[in-house]
Amino acid sequence: MRVPLSWLREYVDLPAGETGRDVQAKLISVGLEVETVEQLGAGLKGPLVVGKVLTIEELEGFKKPIRFCTVDVGTANSTGEPQEIVCGATNFSVGDKVVVILPGGVLPGNFEISARKTYGRNSHGMICSARELGMGDDHDGIIVLPPEHEAGTDAIELLELVDEVLDIAVTPDRGYCLSMRGVARETAIAYGLPLRDPALLDVPGPNSYGYPVEVSDPAGCDRFTARTVTGLAPEARSPIWLQRRLQKAGMRPISLAVDVTNYVMLELGQPLHAYDRGRIDGPIGVRRAQPGEKLTTLDGAVRVLDPEDLVITDNRGPIGLAGVMGGANTEIADHDDTAGATADVVIEAAHFDPVSIARTARRHKLTSEASKRFERGTDPQAASAAAQRTVDLLVLLAGSTAESGVTEIVAPSAPHTISIPADHPDRVAGMEYGRETVVRRLQQVGCDVYGSDELVVTVPSWRPDLTDPNDLAEEVIRLEGYENLPSTLPKLPSGRGLTESQRLRRRVGRALAGAGYVEVQAYPFIGEGVFDQLGLDADDPRRVTVKLANPLSDQEPALRTTLLPGLLGTLRRNEGRGNHDLALFETGLVFRPTGDEPAPPRLPVDRRPTDAEIAALDAALPRQPRRVAVVLTGAREPAGWWGKGYPAGWADAVEAGRTVAREAGVELTVRKDQQAPWHPGRCAALYAGDTLVGHAGELHPRVIKALHLPERTSAMELDLDLVERASSGPVVAPHVSPFPVATQDVALVVDADIPAADVESALGDGAGELLESLRLFDIFTGEQIGEGKKSLAYALRFRAPDRTLTAEEASAARDAAVSTAAERTGAVLRGA
Amino acid sequence: MSAPNKSYDPVEVETLKPEEIERMRDEALAAIASAADVDALREVKVAHAGDRSPLALANREIGALPPHAKAEAGKRVGQARGAVNQALKARQEVLEAERDDRVLVEEAVDVTLPYDRRPEGARHPLTTLSDRLADIFVAMGYEVAEGPEVEAEWFNFDALNIWADHPARTMQDTFFVQGKEGGKDGEESGVVLRTHTSPVQIRSLLDREPPVYVICPGRVYRSDELDATHTPVFTQIELLAIDEGLTMADLKGTLDHMVQSLFGDDITTRLRPNYFPFTEPSAEMDMVCYVCRGESVGNPDRPCRTCSSEGWIELGGCGMVNPRVLIACGVDPQKYSGFAFGFGIERMLMFRHKVEDMRDIVEGDVRFTLPFGMEI
Repeated sequence: MRVPLSWLREYVDLPAGETGRDVQAKLISVGLEVETVEQLGAGLKGPLVVGKVLTIEELEGFKKPIRFCTVDVGTANSTGEPQEIVCGATNFSVGDKVVVILPGGVLPGNFEISARKTYGRNSHGMICSARELGMGDDHDGIIVLPPEHEAGTDAIELLELVDEVLDIAVTPDRGYCLSMRGVARETAIAYGLPLRDPALLDVPGPNSYGYPVEVSDPAGCDRFTARTVTGLAPEARSPIWLQRRLQKAGMRPISLAVDVTNYVMLELGQPLHAYDRGRIDGPIGVRRAQPGEKLTTLDGAVRVLDPEDLVITDNRGPIGLAGVMGGANTEIADHDDTAGATADVVIEAAHFDPVSIARTARRHKLTSEASKRFERGTDPQAASAAAQRTVDLLVLLAGSTAESGVTEIVAPSAPHTISIPADHPDRVAGMEYGRETVVRRLQQVGCDVYGSDELVVTVPSWRPDLTDPNDLAEEVIRLEGYENLPSTLPKLPSGRGLTESQRLRRRVGRALAGAGYVEVQAYPFIGEGVFDQLGLDADDPRRVTVKLANPLSDQEPALRTTLLPGLLGTLRRNEGRGNHDLALFETGLVFRPTGDEPAPPRLPVDRRPTDAEIAALDAALPRQPRRVAVVLTGAREPAGWWGKGYPAGWADAVEAGRTVAREAGVELTVRKDQQAPWHPGRCAALYAGDTLVGHAGELHPRVIKALHLPERTSAMELDLDLVERASSGPVVAPHVSPFPVATQDVALVVDADIPAADVESALGDGAGELLESLRLFDIFTGEQIGEGKKSLAYALRFRAPDRTLTAEEASAARDAAVSTAAERTGAVLRGA
Repeated sequence: MSAPNKSYDPVEVETLKPEEIERMRDEALAAIASAADVDALREVKVAHAGDRSPLALANREIGALPPHAKAEAGKRVGQARGAVNQALKARQEVLEAERDDRVLVEEAVDVTLPYDRRPEGARHPLTTLSDRLADIFVAMGYEVAEGPEVEAEWFNFDALNIWADHPARTMQDTFFVQGKEGGKDGEESGVVLRTHTSPVQIRSLLDREPPVYVICPGRVYRSDELDATHTPVFTQIELLAIDEGLTMADLKGTLDHMVQSLFGDDITTRLRPNYFPFTEPSAEMDMVCYVCRGESVGNPDRPCRTCSSEGWIELGGCGMVNPRVLIACGVDPQKYSGFAFGFGIERMLMFRHKVEDMRDIVEGDVRFTLPFGMEI
């Protein structure tokens, strides 16, 4: 809502020196969001006067029409002689009144005017357009004023060029502030000054000879006032003051009748509609649209109506989309109109159901000044005053006559009352206002208040947002000033800190970052083509996605079922920006619907849902497990003065899985597997106990190619929820033996396809309790050990808790280990 | 060097003559003094103090002396050998020290060599800032509550007093999950990507008996295109406190505590009236600009980029929980009241760390993330 300060002063006697900034600060303190204060005419300096065009000479030989004019500017040029001015506009004639700035004047934008030679003539000033004067964007030529203004009159004052305009962002609950009346009320409260309420008008009572109206949907329209004005003078224009107020408020002047309805809407907040009476056929009706009905609205669009749309009708059918936009077929005709100007108008001032208006506006994607106000709730009690104000202005400005018929259809309703304890605002705020303050503040916003300890509050008709006790508390607290609230802290029950799961997630993040991974938070939106690129089978469960009805991009309409697409995309983006050695990780939810989730029940909000109802809501949601994943490419350790470094590969990816699991206290078991998108020979399945928790390894070369990734890109993804579930609780401290260690190395020859993990677990099982640790320190393949074989060299460390082991004991344990390995894996001690 | 054993006269042994012993000693001492390093000294030691050195051989001759001469000769040889050994030891120490010094010099390296051998990692600043904020409240006794990101509309809207026709429920703001029929009208699925973490507040109220004090960080979704200041996927942190007798003053104090924990003891907050369906009264919350502390206001010589010389930085929305929300969660609004607030962590990251473009936060460029390290 744009509020010119000069207009605001009409309703509140603000102190004379009060600036827009001052008013802004006051209004902000009572809770209106005044976003900006626009300084109109800033830097403007006269002489700027009314001029009368005396002669026009068309200059020839230029690319555009140029006029050399003489203009009577009265005595403003101190000589009284006609002023010679060159002008590029052509929308005026001899005798017209125009706006002239004389040499020495300055236009907004620090545009200084001086006498100068142009187009071969001396020009002493300039004839101004609306835009040059900062009045609006209208640039159809220079301003032609109504003829009644005298040449030489100061135009700065006449056109009210210097003003301040407050721009207020009105929240949805404060619809009444979409009017001068509402903002003036808040201003009056903020300054503690009286308000001159423009809606306090003498309005004649309804009678039976007004324009006939039939409201057949009183729920959608509980008030309809119709008034008629006849004999509008065809040449009547909106006076400058009216045009200027509209412009300052951000609306374009159109024609007198339309301008007046807009003006009254801005003033009182009541949208009005003016029908050309000559174009209405029979009584006006209000009803819901019938299926298939159509209406051409004022904006020229043909709209197919919905049976829920509230429409205004005449005998022919819909003539307006109630509260949103009128129809083209009863539009007020302009004075330029070939069919002739409108002489008689019917004025509608109605009150419509906000929800119905909101739905219609949204359904037709049609927001108007009217619908904005009706949606937020208008003051039904102001409708007849608004109609009266419109009639008065039309009579005054258009030389027309008000018919005495007054139609008023009102569905009975009781004013809304709320009961609150007098100290309710105190208890909400946490400070003591006292009953007196509470009552005074509520009365200021327009409430009637009765009672002492328990207040019965009748809310004003313009505040449909005040429905609950806390709404009233807010009125008191905001007017007393949010800035005056004390700052206290509640006394909380003792907390227990983060949950195990939350702590685990932080540890995992730190461990991966410590291992050189950089965290990424990728968008979860994916296109389903990525599943083909990842080489997933047609029936892979990861292809079952949650799909969005309104994705940002049609290319990515689904939600991720794996973290890899986002991570790989981020890897590729980094690679493209010249970062080649990359190790990235992400922790986040993936979305795994079954596709058979039932729709959630529609539950009420006036009670707690039952446990079964909550379960039914949850059943409508997809499974949303938390995953952690890494991707790597380039060098894991770069080459440098220390040596060659080594490339990131499958083993790093598997190790990342172990790093994660270790934080949960889980020892991962690694098994060979084949799973898209991994390389079939370089894919590890990661198990926590018997539970498969994820996969790791190098990506399939086809995947790398399809996704344009660097060669040998490797990845790991595991289900953090499952890992967490496998977590075994607190660590049991080991017994640290003070006795010396006995080290034994063994080299075992096995078939090349025997997994090292099998050999290792056999050794471990066979070695018995004396085994302290076991480490694979070399792998050897070659002729010496034969085709299809490999030699695995292990260092075994034995130690007893209570004694120094003898060489015989250590050897016996080693032999037992080797024999178990031989038994399970066919291992043969090398050199034996 | 003296010649070893010759035939000798058993009475008068040449090698045991005092001057001979002196000569042997002096020769030894000279050799010791001239030994240039530890290795040379080792040879000198063998030659002059070894088993076959002149003094050792002379010592053997003592036995051949007549008894009356033994004592004196023994004393003379012993003293000479003692002097040699002492000189050896002293020289050994000097030479070892010299050698050690030399080795240390020779082993010197260029300690300024870079060692970027182990790759650096980092956590995302949104994660660490979210953790940091959560920690402030956990220290006060709050729990961290979490919930699903794909959420039923009842939790995301209805229970929060965002009724069916509220503008927030339009496609401009909300991502709707497609309904089963696969039709365009996605609103039918009744499931959305949560537009705030407020549904977690609802779940918390349904899960727990009051008093409830929870902080809800998490990812949320709104259908905005990514640009320098907007992202369709962002991180919110919300707080909910429900107890007997909670007030707006408590809300204000909690906000003050938060900004003081993050930005310094003298930073305060300001509340401005606003409107949200789920709170009543509602407010917009601002904090004093931690950079200029308000001194840039009306002071064109000292403009502040962080607050655009407004003196205040907008944080987010807050208010007293609307009793209608409590009713939908089965909490008695006559007995309990509470407050809530929420804001976007991206915005705070931007003004706290001078991030100029939202896309930097979103895109995952390692050059952006690495400097943030492990904590924020």
